[in-house]
Amino acid sequence: MNIGAIKFAAASLGLISASVSATDMPLNLTKGVTDISGQVYDLHMYIFWICTVIGIVVFGAMFWSILHHRKSKGVKPADFHESTKVEILWTAIPFVILIAIAWPAAKTLLAMEDPSESDLTIEVTGSQWKWHYKYHGTDVEYYSVLATQSEQIHNKFEKGDNYLLEVDRPLVIPTGKKVRFLVTSDDVIHSWWVPAFAVKKDANPGFINEAWTRVNEAGLYRGQCAELCGKDHGFMPVVVIAKEPAEFDAWFAEQEQIIRDKKAEEQRWLSMSMSMDDAMDMGQKIYTANCAACHQASGEGLPGAFPALKGSKIATNNNPAEHIGIVLNGKKGMPAFGKQLSLAEIAAVVTYERNAWGNNTKQLVQPKDVNDVKNGK
Amino acid sequence: MSQHAVNPVKSAGKWLLVVIGMFGFGYALVPLYDVFCDITGINGKPSNQAAAYQAVEIDEARVVKVEFMTRSAGGMASEFKPMVQSIKVHPGQLQEVEFYVKNPTDRDIVAQAVPSISPGPAALYMNKTECFCFEQQTLKAGEEVIMPMRFYVDPQLPQDISVFTLSYTLYDVSAQVVAQN
Amino acid sequence: MSSIVEQDIHADDHHHHAPGGGIKRWLYTTNHKDIGTLYLWFAFIMFLVGGSMAMVIRAELFEPGLQIVEPNFFNQMTTVHGLVMVFGAVMPAFTGLANWMVPMMIGAPDMALPRMNNWSFWILPFAFAILLASLFMEGGGPNFGWTFYAPLSTTYSNDSTALFVFSVHIMGASSIMGAINVIVTIMNMRAPGMTYMKMPLFVWTWFITAFLLIAVMPVLAGAVTMVLTDKFFGTSFFSAAGGGDPVLFQHIFWFFGHPEVYIMILPAFGIISQIVPTFARKPLFGYASMVYATASIALLSFVVWAHHMFTTGMPVAGELFFMIATMLISVPTGVKVFNWVATMWRGAMTFEMPMLFALAFIVLFTIGGFSGLMLAITPVDFQYHDTYFVVAHFHYVLVTGAIFSIFAAAYYWLPKWSGVMFDKKLANWHFWCSLVSVNVLFFPMHFVGLAGMPRRIPDYALQFADFNKWISIGGFAFGLSQLFFLALLIKACRKQGEPAAAKPWEGAEGLEWEIPSPAPYHTFETPPVIK
Repeated sequence: MNIGAIKFAAASLGLISASVSATDMPLNLTKGVTDISGQVYDLHMYIFWICTVIGIVVFGAMFWSILHHRKSKGVKPADFHESTKVEILWTAIPFVILIAIAWPAAKTLLAMEDPSESDLTIEVTGSQWKWHYKYHGTDVEYYSVLATQSEQIHNKFEKGDNYLLEVDRPLVIPTGKKVRFLVTSDDVIHSWWVPAFAVKKDANPGFINEAWTRVNEAGLYRGQCAELCGKDHGFMPVVVIAKEPAEFDAWFAEQEQIIRDKKAEEQRWLSMSMSMDDAMDMGQKIYTANCAACHQASGEGLPGAFPALKGSKIATNNNPAEHIGIVLNGKKGMPAFGKQLSLAEIAAVVTYERNAWGNNTKQLVQPKDVNDVKNGK
Repeated sequence: MSQHAVNPVKSAGKWLLVVIGMFGFGYALVPLYDVFCDITGINGKPSNQAAAYQAVEIDEARVVKVEFMTRSAGGMASEFKPMVQSIKVHPGQLQEVEFYVKNPTDRDIVAQAVPSISPGPAALYMNKTECFCFEQQTLKAGEEVIMPMRFYVDPQLPQDISVFTLSYTLYDVSAQVVAQN
Repeated sequence: MSSIVEQDIHADDHHHHAPGGGIKRWLYTTNHKDIGTLYLWFAFIMFLVGGSMAMVIRAELFEPGLQIVEPNFFNQMTTVHGLVMVFGAVMPAFTGLANWMVPMMIGAPDMALPRMNNWSFWILPFAFAILLASLFMEGGGPNFGWTFYAPLSTTYSNDSTALFVFSVHIMGASSIMGAINVIVTIMNMRAPGMTYMKMPLFVWTWFITAFLLIAVMPVLAGAVTMVLTDKFFGTSFFSAAGGGDPVLFQHIFWFFGHPEVYIMILPAFGIISQIVPTFARKPLFGYASMVYATASIALLSFVVWAHHMFTTGMPVAGELFFMIATMLISVPTGVKVFNWVATMWRGAMTFEMPMLFALAFIVLFTIGGFSGLMLAITPVDFQYHDTYFVVAHFHYVLVTGAIFSIFAAAYYWLPKWSGVMFDKKLANWHFWCSLVSVNVLFFPMHFVGLAGMPRRIPDYALQFADFNKWISIGGFAFGLSQLFFLALLIKACRKQGEPAAAKPWEGAEGLEWEIPSPAPYHTFETPPVIK
């Protein structure tokens, strides 16, 4: 689509403020920030113009007939109804056009196919409804979850600029290096898509797919899950930050340090105990961020789809171990939180679930209890 | 009235056979797809049969990097990781690697590891002589296991592939196993 | 042998007029015209039902944020909207047209298997009653998209999936019976002299469509059965844990799904090929190449299915093959469009309502064809796939394509069916409001998709807000425009309007125009002789 022409036409009609306002939406495919995405954009425009020219010729002939060959003008209809020559001609010409399209398309496709070794490999795993990134061969791994508050989604707060396109922890990659993505899923099919890289790959459970990119410009790039994956399919964005290699290395070293610190902290938590108030406070926050999407803020779930926690046997019996186990390891459609949340966080959220909405067990679960379940004690 | 010579009911019956045949064809697509994948490596699924290692010529001149990746599927409680993240091998060379798995729960789990290789065509050249993924593994409550996997890369591996990834996803199939018994 | 058949066909010809009213007439009817009418009304009602679901979708998408429905219900709406429109509106409408017109166009007294015809219609309302009832189950109805990809539709779906599977089975059985009936009718019941290459194009396109139906509807039945057994009976066709592959589901589904797309457009090509020559007062250009083009589109439709699956991770050779095969389809499709334009060229055109819809079809369907060609190009499809660009594409080919052709057909043959001319004022309102609103509705979707909005999401980023507002306004307007058509149909059924001549369109040709309007209850009991 010729953006310049459209914007000019719109502006000259004084429509620009009406049609393209507040947050400017681009009217065309992005050129992106990689060589491949640039080629894809060129290919898109090339085919678009071919279609436009064919459209003008065909519709031109049609509207010419409509204007000139009408009965009200007193014309007598001709009665020709076949012409082998013409018919062969307009079967052959499309073939030539198709070859003209297929050739550059095949070239781009082959350029996308590059099994050579990469500078960095990232394991991308989709699950309902978040992404998990692991830097292959290192301990650095984390979940990346929608950061937009649910109050914004439910129209209680004003919506921020990056509404639904923001996450708590973006993926970080270096610029100018070949980064390979190994894409898979823990549950249903998802699709990892960053338009600026022209990368969209399905995450198939039990199978791995790969894609790669080499980003030319540092910056922040947003995308979304592109395969219907259940209730919150619209709420699992992808955010990638591309940093200069030196900055990336510094960032990565920092992440490794954080992981070491976290491990030390987990050890500290084991010997500490939380108060009921602290646990309930922290638990409510974690519940809202991670559990309320399915089990609902009221704890009542969605009958038939997501079970209620309010009054449920598992959340109200005397032994919290089973409850902790489910949060840690998941169950049927429910994802495992053992890797996403810390021991203290799981302890808090389990405590919250066992004492909120009239689930009055008065039981306080400590990080140590969670650790015991985790280690099968 | 020569057009009416055929009994429409009989003629309809003939087409009904086509319908039944196509229903069968829908099911036939399942094994056909498997065969097709085995030939082309279209979905990156390596063979689940043990390959025999017999006097394969080792291509010393070439080095291929094999990366390992592990996941526990949703609802699967286990710690599962490769003991080495990647390894460099010569095509034709028999190599053993190990995977660590732990069942942290207080119940026994029957686990099935599902392999997948990317890029897909490499699956055709990944020959496993021994693998924990060939069979279901029973993990006792709290048990830790080191599981070996032995493989060699076929020297016919296309030249443009210098690195490929082998992924294992571990599934908890206890429920299915109970249902079958 | 022949005497048996004749008895069969003439079994109920003791009365020449329609039997009296009452529900029993419609329940027990084996008359092709009655059954055609039932199909057409059923399709129109389903069009309104599926349309109201689209209104729910558009109302939720009117503004960013969640206002009207929760995401889970939104997904049920997109799923059931798709299923109702495909299996409840477009396909039964075409079957209804075939029932009415095929026997009349080939000079046959009725369909070859009248009793089966009755069943194939009357199981449909049950199928949709089950599907719609599942929306009220605990946990809601199907919410995994009309494409019901595994494992979302197996391990991760709710229990109403069983009802979904059952209802798809019934819909499939209905379509298959309808298709067998069309094939057997066309093969055995043509009037003397009506050779294959003299058949009107509508008959030809339906003949080919019917073969597509019996080839792929059973595959769909297989796919839903596998989903059922995977979910409830422990098989693992699509579950990696048991040695299956979720991508296999997509292969099987699209092996059905792509021919299905042509099932919904080939009869439309037939309709347009009937209407354009009538109002251009000139014979159809390239009759034979139209037939061959239809047949080649049908054949090609079996080797392009994986173009719906480029992002699932296919070897590059597969991507190239499916890209090129898909592009090839544009050649016979192009031939059709060129032939229609050539038919108009140097004709003497008038622009009655059927022609207006046919012209709108040609332009807007071609736009959908262009976006289809763009989607075929694998590297760019990676960007378009599962965005609103795709939504725009298939609504151009299905709404302004298939559904506009059904409107064109309805206006074309309504005088024959009802015996009165339709209300031209209402028709004009219907056409012009639909034409404008459908473009306000679907054209901006191209831009929204290119800008990166995924499909099947209940809420979106702020940059998409303005366009979505316009799209929703277009959607409401298009929905309301259909009420003009409803009013027009009710008037026609009540026989309000000028009486229609046997041949109400000056340039029309064909057997159907040689019988009076309204068409008598029984026609061509003595076959006409075609020279």
